[in-house]
Amino acid sequence: MIDPHSSKLKLEDIEIQLLLEGIYQYYGYDFRNYAMSSLKRRIRRILEVENLDTVSALQDQVLHEPESLQRFLLAITVNVTSMFRDPAFFIAFRNQVVPLLRTYPYIRIWHAGCSQGQEVYSMAIVLQEEGLYKRCRIYATDANEQVIKQAKSGIYPISLMQQYTQLYLQAGGKHSFSEYYTAAYDNAIFRASLRDNIVFSQHNLATDHSFNEFHVILCRNVLIYFDQTLQKRVHQLFHESLCKLGILCLGRQESIRFSPYENDYEAVEKTEKIYRRLS
Amino acid sequence: MQRLVVIGASLGGLTTLRTILQGLATTFSAPIAIVQHRHKESKTGMTKALQLHSPLPIREVEDKDAILPGYVYLAPADYHLLVEPDHFVLSVDEPVSYARPSIDVLFESAAESYAEQTIGVILTGANQDGALGASAIKAQGGTIIVQEPTTATSAVMPTAALNQTTADWVLPPTQIARRLNALCSVSSLT
Ligand SMILES: C[S@@+](CC[C@H](N)C(=O)[O-])C[C@H]1O[C@@H](n2cnc3c(N)ncnc32)[C@H](O)[C@@H]1O
Repeated sequence: MIDPHSSKLKLEDIEIQLLLEGIYQYYGYDFRNYAMSSLKRRIRRILEVENLDTVSALQDQVLHEPESLQRFLLAITVNVTSMFRDPAFFIAFRNQVVPLLRTYPYIRIWHAGCSQGQEVYSMAIVLQEEGLYKRCRIYATDANEQVIKQAKSGIYPISLMQQYTQLYLQAGGKHSFSEYYTAAYDNAIFRASLRDNIVFSQHNLATDHSFNEFHVILCRNVLIYFDQTLQKRVHQLFHESLCKLGILCLGRQESIRFSPYENDYEAVEKTEKIYRRLS
Repeated sequence: MQRLVVIGASLGGLTTLRTILQGLATTFSAPIAIVQHRHKESKTGMTKALQLHSPLPIREVEDKDAILPGYVYLAPADYHLLVEPDHFVLSVDEPVSYARPSIDVLFESAAESYAEQTIGVILTGANQDGALGASAIKAQGGTIIVQEPTTATSAVMPTAALNQTTADWVLPPTQIARRLNALCSVSSLT
């Protein structure tokens, strides 16, 4: 006899597969190669919030009510981010990457999976302080339209600024962090000049193609949500999009081992996952 | 499928973990995954501190690392640790009950991928993390060991687990090591 509990788990797996397939075929969003264990947790969370009993019921809702798709898209991906997340990374970037960038007359940077933009504004601040910003064009992309909108606005809750100030200082910040924003009621509005050379747009790493050649690509805490097959695809995309001697930055606990091109890179700063493409 | 040991520890956990790791046999044949609550900016010092006392090699997990027998894996600061049948998955999803890494997240994913082959161990701590995870492991037919609350720096976490589920063993740290050896050593199979 089949144990009812474990058979239910298997049925849920089937339902999840059908849900992802349906969303891909109908809307074109491809979650089929996301890491299953973390994806499953978020799908269960959505069932709770939407007050649904089964994944099949969720499938029915998402396919037949386009406005519920928007809620699904926001909840199925993780947008948790921060300014100067991992301050040690930004210190390493200042010390090891900035000197390399000084040798270029023009610098193109791609933040893939930039979420609500905090990482991008952090980078813009570093580049301004290092006197490089004027030469840079930053492309900030995310698959999620709504987080891109928020990123464009450059407006964040004022309540976060105390924590961001700490991180900014730990990351080697050279000024007073409050110079970079104006407070308005509950919001901190970041200086528009930080945005001068940033282009925000929607781009899906699972389905879209290379759109330019870059000197630096940052993709931090995004690949952890993909399985090894999709990670390979994305590494292929990065390899196509990175110029020779270009810099690739991954998240603190991510590794270049799953790139089919691992051997084309050398570590610039191993613990901070900063790599340089050699060939 | 092979066995997997998952351990959850919070306040006072480092000393207890040291005692347990020290007591493990060199022939220990299952992988061990540990969530120890810690400050989110803490660095890799914990790996080194524990390695001094462990006969088994200790690694801080990187995303999609293979799960190999005889290794001890630590959840990195500020990431949830999950398991799939042969590798780890990390995530920066919201903290669960204020914790990231969360013991419940690790235990629940272990229950799903390793079912009755899972051995869950709840140690000292001042919160209730791990209680739900332990009961998920039990529901899948796995084994639960809880630190004897009177031997814990903080009894809250072991007590919460005992209230939530029926433990197979309730033991002080040195005996937890012995029990794990009995369950998972190569020599115990011959
Ligand atoms: C945890 S955030 C990382 C934000 C930032 N890079 C950081 O490290 O703080 C992950 C982001 O990846 C985005 N993402 C998920 N799947 C994606 C895909 N297929 N293509 C592009 N972005 C994706 C999500 O929308 C989310 O904003």
